[in-house]
Amino acid sequence: MLSRVAESIYWMCRQVERAENVARYISVNLNLSLDMPGESVQQWNPLVITTGDNELFKKLYDEPSRENVIRFLTFDRKNPNSIFSCLWHARENARSVREIISSEMWEHINRFYLMLKESTLRSATNDAADFFDAIRSSGQQFMGITDATMTHGEAWHFCRLGRSLERADKTSRILDVKYFILLPSPEDVGTPYDDIQWSALLRSASALEMYRQRFGRITPAHVVEFLVLDREFPRAVLYCLTNANQSLHMISGCDLGSFVNPPEQLLGQLQSQLAFTKPKSIIDGGLHEFVDRLQSRLNEIGGGIHNTFFALRPIEAMAEEEPV
Amino acid sequence: MSQQEQSQTTASSNSAFERYDVEGFYDEIFAEDHVPRDYCRPLIDRLKELDHADIVRRQKAADRSMLRMGITFNVYGAEEGAERIIPFDILPRIITNSEWKMLDDGLKQRITALNLFLDDIYNEQKILKDKAIPDHVIMSAKSYRPECEGLKPPQGIWCHITGTDLVRSDDGQIYVLEDNLRCPSGVSYVLQNRQLMKQTFPQLFDRVKVKPVDEYSSYLLDSLEFLLEDRSHAPNVAVLTPGMYNSAYFEHSFLAQQMGVPLVEGRDLVVHDGFVYMRTTKGFEKVDVLYRRIDDDFLDPKTFRKDSMLGVPGLMDVYRKGNIALANAPGTGIADDKVVYAYVPEIIKYYLGEDPIIPNVPTYVCWDDEQMQHVIENIADLVVKPANESGGYGMLIGPQSTKEEQNEFRELIKSNPRNYIAQPTLSLSRVPVIIDDHLEGRHVDLRPFIVYGRDIHCLPGGLTRVAMRKGSLVVNSSQGGGCKDTWVLEDGAL
Repeated sequence: MLSRVAESIYWMCRQVERAENVARYISVNLNLSLDMPGESVQQWNPLVITTGDNELFKKLYDEPSRENVIRFLTFDRKNPNSIFSCLWHARENARSVREIISSEMWEHINRFYLMLKESTLRSATNDAADFFDAIRSSGQQFMGITDATMTHGEAWHFCRLGRSLERADKTSRILDVKYFILLPSPEDVGTPYDDIQWSALLRSASALEMYRQRFGRITPAHVVEFLVLDREFPRAVLYCLTNANQSLHMISGCDLGSFVNPPEQLLGQLQSQLAFTKPKSIIDGGLHEFVDRLQSRLNEIGGGIHNTFFALRPIEAMAEEEPV
Repeated sequence: MSQQEQSQTTASSNSAFERYDVEGFYDEIFAEDHVPRDYCRPLIDRLKELDHADIVRRQKAADRSMLRMGITFNVYGAEEGAERIIPFDILPRIITNSEWKMLDDGLKQRITALNLFLDDIYNEQKILKDKAIPDHVIMSAKSYRPECEGLKPPQGIWCHITGTDLVRSDDGQIYVLEDNLRCPSGVSYVLQNRQLMKQTFPQLFDRVKVKPVDEYSSYLLDSLEFLLEDRSHAPNVAVLTPGMYNSAYFEHSFLAQQMGVPLVEGRDLVVHDGFVYMRTTKGFEKVDVLYRRIDDDFLDPKTFRKDSMLGVPGLMDVYRKGNIALANAPGTGIADDKVVYAYVPEIIKYYLGEDPIIPNVPTYVCWDDEQMQHVIENIADLVVKPANESGGYGMLIGPQSTKEEQNEFRELIKSNPRNYIAQPTLSLSRVPVIIDDHLEGRHVDLRPFIVYGRDIHCLPGGLTRVAMRKGSLVVNSSQGGGCKDTWVLEDGAL
């Protein structure tokens, strides 16, 4: 398939996944602030840190109030990672590949974008729970429609690749920030207060119920194990990397367990490293340091995908390639 | 619709049709005030059974579908990426089977002659040597491409896709207004309008038998593949678009999707060793046929405009070698020049020995001193058009213009007579459109689409473009025009 088309599809899915994750953080925080009315200002800052755009936020706003943070993360066109910006980009990408994706996918993403374009900060803050639920479920619908209406060929694998890498990245970010904020202070350990915060973290990743089925009681080590190393939970980092790796191999036609291009090599190494890691070693080595390393390796993989599949190669490279 | 609802709507007769006033114009649907033409009666009777509020509700549903499906066009000069839906009126325009047969013959005749003309004008130029048309008219045309001299396009076809503009004046006569042999757009609306009509008004199709339009994309693909059918492998076809900010991007994408071929941009393509390749995730893949929706000017910066970012450097060399087919062929714009248009009757006569089946609008060419004098003196009654513009830009409609505008155009004409033609202001026929709680007449034209492949095929009907502003004669979508579904009745259907 055309390199430009592959790139648009890959980013379209990453951006929808990103928009959905932002909505998920916000709605969980809204719940959390209902439980703990006293600390509302502090409650909203971690959200901005999670998306990695703290510097930009400080430039544009004075304080991380509920309204400022919601505006910044949801509607602000100056924020390239706001829900609006993500959906605008996702829709523009979708528009440039309309002939490749199913018409249901296009219509859904178009409607999704129009819904956000027509809503206001007032509607987002007044009916916040409904508003962010609608965004999250629209994002989930998009993934469902994609899986159900698109041939699971090369284009779909670029979709899944983008979605999986984005999801791995977002799950690790949420763990990073929350770990700092929620580091149990001695007096809070085991109190209902501590439990509420960890539940909120799990709920951010839509993981609370599945976590409880696996471990029951909430402990920080088990949360790390579940969100990073679980092989069956679809938002866990390892699960996402496994999916991404499969899609990369389906695209190249190379056998799993081997590699023919740099991103396959990098992703294979990262996946097997995680697969042979124990949760205790992550915590002992420092969760923040672990997440930092993970994110820079995810960035390398993203760069490798770009160079291998999307970048405009000079025609001289043709001599070295097999004729198609 | 439930039975109960149905009986309710049947009981109330829609008076909007009773109150419709043709205001003395030729109306495509009504013979005179509230009396439908015979062949439109079954449609109008069916519509009258519906409550007007119901019709308005369906109109709104159609508008919403268009926005939801993203059937939009981009407006130049507006914010980048600004999209609008083209206003779509849900009352169809009807053409009888016998009139369509005449138009079908007339369009085929015209395209056959124009294709022969293009082949001749870029090769032997017999028509000029025989002085059937003056050679300075051709040589002075901006759209004449010396770069195309000596070209022999695959299968001898130059104008693969044409979108001829037809108008009907108040005496009922249909004329050709423009030929549009470059990159005519609008066919996607024809196909989508029919889809929308079937969704929003299924019951209208019960009693009226209408010629289908769905086969267009198959004809198009067949015709494109036909260009290189002698190759050992099935040719790789692609649609070349300037990109998603082009006003017709929706159509480019739609046609690629309907044909199941890649939609490419200039930056996806590269010329190497005498062939054109696309950049894919698995390396470079050869392209054999390009349905290009980029103007000649921008097609190849090595041959045409040097500053073009949209085209493919070296494409024309590949074309000259016969290693790629382009539809339409470069150079067809010469036949769109409005001065050349004035000579199409002579062109038909010269190549086919026939009189035109569909006449031209009488046209004054200003390079001729006598005709220019007539135009200058009668400018208030004429429509003046520049020779080489499209989309309704840069023209003067005499009866609707101010004295200042008329003087401005007199000066424009005198300073560059070759660049202007004038025509009598036709009173274009009208159709009823839904305006709130009633119907009003609006002027229309008709753009049929003609595909030239193994043989010549005219898509039944075409795009009916409506000047949505009251009294306006400008139907272009870039200037607020709308559209309607166009029904050609099946043989024997009333």
